[in-house]
Amino acid sequence: MATRSLTGAGTAAWISVLALVLLAAGAFLPLAIMALPGGGGAVAGALGDPVVWRSLRFTLVQAALSTGLSLLFAVPVAAALYEMRRFPGRGLVLRLFALPLALPQIVAVLAIVGLYGERGAVSRMVESAGLGFPSIYGLTGILIAHVFFNMPLAVRIVLGGLASMPGEYDRLSYQLGMGFRARFRHVVWPFMRPALASAASLIFMLCVTSFTVVLTLGGGPRATTLEVAIYQALTFDFDIARAVLLAGVQIAVTALAFGLLARAGGEVSAGLTVGALRPFLVRRHVPGQAVSAITILVGTLFVLLPFAVIIWRGLSADLMGLFGQAGFQRALATSLILGTLAACLAVSLSLALASGMARAAAGRRFRGERTRAERAIGQSSSLILVVPPVVIAAGWFVVIRQFSSAYAAAPVMVVTINAAMAVPFAIRLILPAVTGAAERYDRLCLQLGLRGFSRLRLVTWPLVRRATLLAFAFSLALSLGDLGVIAIFGSQDVQTLPYLILQRMGSYRTQDAAGLALILCAMTMALMMIADRAGKEDSARERSET
Amino acid sequence: MRRTSLILFTALACAGFSQAAAAEGTLTVYTYESFTADWGPGPQVEKAFEAQCDCDLKFVSVADGVALLNRLRLEGGNTDADIVLGLDTNLTAEAKKTGFFAPHGISTDKVTVPGGWSDDTFVPFDYGYFAVVYDTKAIVNPPKSMHDFLKGREGKIVIEDPRTSTPGLGLMLWIRKIYGDLSPEAYEELKQRVLTVTPGWSEAYGLFTSGEAHMVLSYTTSPAYHMIAEDSDRYQAASFSEGHYMQIEVAGQTRKGAQNPLAAQFLAFMTSPAFQDIIPETNWMLPAAPTSKPLDPAFGKLVQPTKALIYTPEEVAEHREDWVKQWLSVMSK
Repeated sequence: MATRSLTGAGTAAWISVLALVLLAAGAFLPLAIMALPGGGGAVAGALGDPVVWRSLRFTLVQAALSTGLSLLFAVPVAAALYEMRRFPGRGLVLRLFALPLALPQIVAVLAIVGLYGERGAVSRMVESAGLGFPSIYGLTGILIAHVFFNMPLAVRIVLGGLASMPGEYDRLSYQLGMGFRARFRHVVWPFMRPALASAASLIFMLCVTSFTVVLTLGGGPRATTLEVAIYQALTFDFDIARAVLLAGVQIAVTALAFGLLARAGGEVSAGLTVGALRPFLVRRHVPGQAVSAITILVGTLFVLLPFAVIIWRGLSADLMGLFGQAGFQRALATSLILGTLAACLAVSLSLALASGMARAAAGRRFRGERTRAERAIGQSSSLILVVPPVVIAAGWFVVIRQFSSAYAAAPVMVVTINAAMAVPFAIRLILPAVTGAAERYDRLCLQLGLRGFSRLRLVTWPLVRRATLLAFAFSLALSLGDLGVIAIFGSQDVQTLPYLILQRMGSYRTQDAAGLALILCAMTMALMMIADRAGKEDSARERSET
Repeated sequence: MRRTSLILFTALACAGFSQAAAAEGTLTVYTYESFTADWGPGPQVEKAFEAQCDCDLKFVSVADGVALLNRLRLEGGNTDADIVLGLDTNLTAEAKKTGFFAPHGISTDKVTVPGGWSDDTFVPFDYGYFAVVYDTKAIVNPPKSMHDFLKGREGKIVIEDPRTSTPGLGLMLWIRKIYGDLSPEAYEELKQRVLTVTPGWSEAYGLFTSGEAHMVLSYTTSPAYHMIAEDSDRYQAASFSEGHYMQIEVAGQTRKGAQNPLAAQFLAFMTSPAFQDIIPETNWMLPAAPTSKPLDPAFGKLVQPTKALIYTPEEVAEHREDWVKQWLSVMSK
């Protein structure tokens, strides 16, 4: 009986692994089709196309610059937040820094145009001061957007790294009368450096696969990343050979970036949690405090302003009129349905994978080494990072098109790919709870013969419920904001909110786009807040238990 | 609580997808964004046609004209479209080769586009001339020729992508017509003048009127909109001494549309005054067939091209892929 219950969880995990692998395999299927007579030559022909290599170069350049700039701005902000450990609103600032992670990229793009565009608030201020402000279309805009998304992420990761520093180090450095610079060099930096390395590899990874930002702010062929080039090869040129080649190059690049990430010990979900720093009171000198305060203020404003613009512009749009539009109602319904299904699927997959990993972990309790099974299950959850959504979507599009209308498959593709996208995050939230439940109650359940669904209902579910809801909320937020898959599969019949925003931007109904952005922003941010709150209650309870 | 929301989602799902189901007596027209905009011809055309056909006219829009053809290719013949409206003569030869279109079977005697009309698959609905439209508040010395424009340094322009947009394709062909094999050098100069490249005309024109850019690639007829609707002379088209590239916009019925009697009825309606009357002051183009009353005098104040430039559909079909690749390889540097 015991073995049967073990294999049950194992089967579910392996089915999930298989599902994820199958989905990703779609990216490679067109290659097989192209390998049929005549196809291979076309792909080889595309090799000589300079546009392919230019998009590779631009992808790497913008990702490297985005990473560098994000870290450059994150270090002072993180150091200042570390210095100023007790001020009213510090928690709020940290929570604000978690929001860009789930903010739909297209919403952020609208806000960035509103702030830094030719007629944006910031660029006009700079220009009235007599300075020139570069056009945001092209590299500048892409970098601003990427720093907006990733600087706060880096701050959170760095603060998380600093939280692992023993409190004595801090106290000792003050006792020794070290100044800020000495303290930063000898105490803070050694803890910051590994965190920065993992943040850097993560940000590079995220920027290498950036799609929405580049599509909307790239300003044409000058600034095209591989992901955008794949989309364009398919929908602009209908050049499948080039799309296949670009997809291959993209996968090679992301695999490399993922290897870097794994080496640096980074995790894609690193920004989800931030360790608490032990507060303690010391006398500090005023100039240092002032510099810290200004740094935090500037950093906070940089992150806060786009949100302010979204709200301000959204509220001045005709929201009531928007609610009345049939197109909006349909997009909202489609977004909610597909998002909910994707989040359900993401959570189910993550639960299955996590149980499988917990099983495998339980099996090695006395051996200590991770088994191959455990590693395989863990890696399959990250597969989507190596084979990015746009590549998978493009691959499946080409395949399905051979047999029937690819657009009819839109709901299935959006749900499955968005679910796979959320799995690396969801599993990170769910795994600790599932492992905990397994460690505590495995033996008891085996004794009682409790297994299968009844075990899930009576034992596991109550323990993982909160983590699951958290993962659900986060997955839903991610799915609601995704534009990559729907950009390829979207049509008049299936439109989500981000797709509608892109369309309204295209037909220059700025008012509508601003209103839609506000609604989408409010939805995802509400989900993030629910998740944040659930997470906090969780940790509060844990603390009271220990 | 959770169960209620699940039921709600399911209900919404059913509502969402049932709406997608096609009703009988429907004519589906694929067209470009700006045609279906509130201020575009779409709403009025829909009203006028539905009044005489007792059917449901449904528009499906994509970014711009070239994207229409891409969309049909992506659908691989498996299309909902009965009518595709918004290709131009630069694309007709290529569109015919796809095999997605059926002959129109109507009389095009009433068509009055320059150069006459004899195509058996596509029917013109308007025409115009591409032009650089500029903001007189920002551009003091408007360019007097393509040469001036490319060499100029005053202000930036928003152009459209030739891979998705007929104006974008038009600009590329315009330069090609003037510079021939020297076009890559001309694109090189064009690149210096470009603020951004949009997939469609509406986005480009929107960026222009919102002040993000001081010039836009549009039509000689665009200023008429600002004169008539806004009573403003602020936006003007630059007259180029080399001549202006001409565009004739067309519609055709798909093979699926050939089974639908409404499709031929629509094509015939398109050349009637009921449709043509709507075009000048909504699509801001010149009518391709007689209207019931003369055009607004504002149209008389527009730039009159000294010379109309145009390639034959066959020439474009033969070279489009190579020329676009060439454009792309310069613009992506």
